[in-house]
Amino acid sequence: MSDKPTTAPTASKGASSPRSAVLPPTAIPPKDLAPKWTPMKVAVWVAIALLGGVSWTMLAIVRGETVNAMWFVFAAVCTYLIAYRFYSKLIERKLVMPDDTRATPAEYKADGKDYVATDRRVLYGHHFAAIAGAGPLVGPVLAVQMGYLPGTIWIIIGVIFAGAVQDYLVLFFSMRRGGRSLGQMAREELGLIGGTAALIATLAIMVIIVAILALVVVNALGESPWGVFSVAMTIPIALFMGIYLRYIRPGRVTEVSIIGFVLLMAAIIGGGVIAETDWGVAMFSLERTTIAIGIIVYGFIAAVLPVWLLLAPRDYLSTFMKIGTIVMLAAAIVVVRPEITVPAFSEFAGRSDGPIVSGSLFPFLFVTIACGALSGFHALIASGTTPKLVQKERQTRFIGYGGMLMESFVAIMALVAALSIDRGIYFAMNSSAAATGGTIEGAVAFVNGLGLAGVNLTGEMLSTMAANVGEESIVSRTGGAPTLAVGLAQIMQGVFGGAGMMAFWYHFAIMFEALFILTAVDAGTRVARFMLQDTIGNFIPKFKDTGWRTGAWICTAIMVLAWGAILIMGVTDPLGGINTLFPLFGIANQLLAAIALAVCMAIVAKKGLFRWLWIPALPLAFAAVVTITASFLKIFSTVPAVGYWANHTAFKNALDAGEQSFGAAKTPEAIEAVVRNTFVQGTLSIVFVTLAIIVIAAAIGATVRSFQTRGGLSSEDPALPSKIFAPAGFLATPAEKTLEAEWDALPPGRKPTVRGH
Amino acid sequence: MSAVSATLARAVRGVRWYVSSLMGDTAYGNYVAHHRSTHDDQPPLNERDFWKERYRDQDLTPGSRCC
Repeated sequence: MSDKPTTAPTASKGASSPRSAVLPPTAIPPKDLAPKWTPMKVAVWVAIALLGGVSWTMLAIVRGETVNAMWFVFAAVCTYLIAYRFYSKLIERKLVMPDDTRATPAEYKADGKDYVATDRRVLYGHHFAAIAGAGPLVGPVLAVQMGYLPGTIWIIIGVIFAGAVQDYLVLFFSMRRGGRSLGQMAREELGLIGGTAALIATLAIMVIIVAILALVVVNALGESPWGVFSVAMTIPIALFMGIYLRYIRPGRVTEVSIIGFVLLMAAIIGGGVIAETDWGVAMFSLERTTIAIGIIVYGFIAAVLPVWLLLAPRDYLSTFMKIGTIVMLAAAIVVVRPEITVPAFSEFAGRSDGPIVSGSLFPFLFVTIACGALSGFHALIASGTTPKLVQKERQTRFIGYGGMLMESFVAIMALVAALSIDRGIYFAMNSSAAATGGTIEGAVAFVNGLGLAGVNLTGEMLSTMAANVGEESIVSRTGGAPTLAVGLAQIMQGVFGGAGMMAFWYHFAIMFEALFILTAVDAGTRVARFMLQDTIGNFIPKFKDTGWRTGAWICTAIMVLAWGAILIMGVTDPLGGINTLFPLFGIANQLLAAIALAVCMAIVAKKGLFRWLWIPALPLAFAAVVTITASFLKIFSTVPAVGYWANHTAFKNALDAGEQSFGAAKTPEAIEAVVRNTFVQGTLSIVFVTLAIIVIAAAIGATVRSFQTRGGLSSEDPALPSKIFAPAGFLATPAEKTLEAEWDALPPGRKPTVRGH
Repeated sequence: MSAVSATLARAVRGVRWYVSSLMGDTAYGNYVAHHRSTHDDQPPLNERDFWKERYRDQDLTPGSRCC
């Protein structure tokens, strides 16, 4: 019970100081925080609830031929609003108990650089740009295999009870600890073993996530001269922006981003022209293996180059594109309102032999869609930059919980985009080349042979779509990105330009996904390198010196080789890389979420708030059951399509029997590759699940100990009085407006400045 | 009419403020304001050197970007 709100003591301390005695209060008094229900407000919330209810009925119960995309938007938005207003408020009141009279790290550690009290709306944008990347755009696309309803329900319900809760709690707890990282909090709360397991798991997860994101890019760019050219051009564009910012006009970030954006559009249009020429096709049609090697070399160079030259400008460009494109896509969906013909539950919802995601709906739906519903990776952001920028404690609900709701909405839009394309085309694009043979005829035969209701794919449909989007072929373009790009192109051409513009929109989408992913690859490699240096530094102290070039290069090389090896394995996998590797990505991400939630649970228990322990414990239990079940199936299932080791044994036996071809592997070398790949994948599954069990066990142990002692000593920074005021939510409440006006009315010399050190 | 143009001008200012704060154009201004309130004795860095130092710090403490 060490963590009671400190309102009373702080307020009296503030009053005793002569300087602040005359200042307006720094927080809204608790009595004004209780909402006053007016008939108008009640009517608005009833209307939101009704619209949400009708939308869910249209999606889940009414079975027509088609369902309009608008119902997805309404169902999502109404549910988010209700969850934000009621559930996150409950968490705030009962569990988090923010106290605005208390200074945040941005105030008491203010240094004008890392710790800067930032306007809540700006920080919301910042935080959102840091958490949302390619993840929420890929998972939902793959989950369309099971029909639209399972994915929709999981994205919306998952974010409310799991994803947004995790982001909110981690952000708040880290902020109360001066912006400490998840790893540091794990060590404090879970002890040495739990903390070390969390650290190793984070490092391993980072590697697998970078590898699989890179695989998505490789799959999108393979045999696509247009894509290769325009994505390659992002490198000189970013270099130019870096040099511009350093030597020509330092600090003009928006200006250079607009210039970069114009150049990017020119690169997309230029790519279309070049892909028409013979030399362009000859030069930029690259094998997937070549592209993979290119990305590995790029990853190393980018991670050792100074930040200002490549990473920072690319980051600006990616923030700019991210927010712009998402707003544009949302507007386009509302304008076009596509009709969706995919069934609520497809033929594969109840089976485990789907061509895209193998395995049963439970647990594999929940690992296929990680980002957008529950993403452990966010815990690294919510305990990184964001907590150092928060102005007032009560704003964490808007930034943490609200930021994740926005990512969930992005996932819903990606789902809608993927649902809006013809189902036959969807399966032809996403089934591995091992199934379709990579040819139009093969794809038509395979997809029509799946026995899907209402699907009658023709070769002409595939060739017309390929021609429309300016690609040689769209068969077996796995990884989710090309499917999303086709969906986005189809929706956007309904607003701008018609069919003639589809190729532009397709490559626009590919480019912006590649941009996010290459930034994530670069930043992920850097972070992983630092973690490795820190770890090796425990044995060889010199490695702790992050300024030591040789050490940095060695550790960067190790990390790049680690994810590069997995990437190459995925690219050359005879079974079709992404289909076998993507579950590992989801498992890894959910595992990190379990670690973050476990740390949160231990902190809540230490605070002695046992009545509300279920708030983090519920999503933790779910994430634990999902990751552990999925891992066990991957390890122990006897169905070769599901279990890595079952597959491993089947192919190994074939190899031992001297078979020349087996299943999807047509040569002895391919059989060997499958044996090798399944061994690596199976081993990684074992490592992940073991680490997860150790961390969760440590957290349960810490929670039980806290229960026996009725709480424990808090690891929070000591409370310091705040000297500033700012509203908590997106819009200021009337009480906040009045108080804000009081602060604004102070003469400039009387306003306290945020002081650090 | 003037009310409409005033609202429009306010909206444009709002968008400008939001975009420039989000992208980071205001970082140097924040630093100078902070500097003025704490270290009156030494002059603040000029804008070029401020950004150089900021990127050097980022080199030494990488932040991750999400998937």
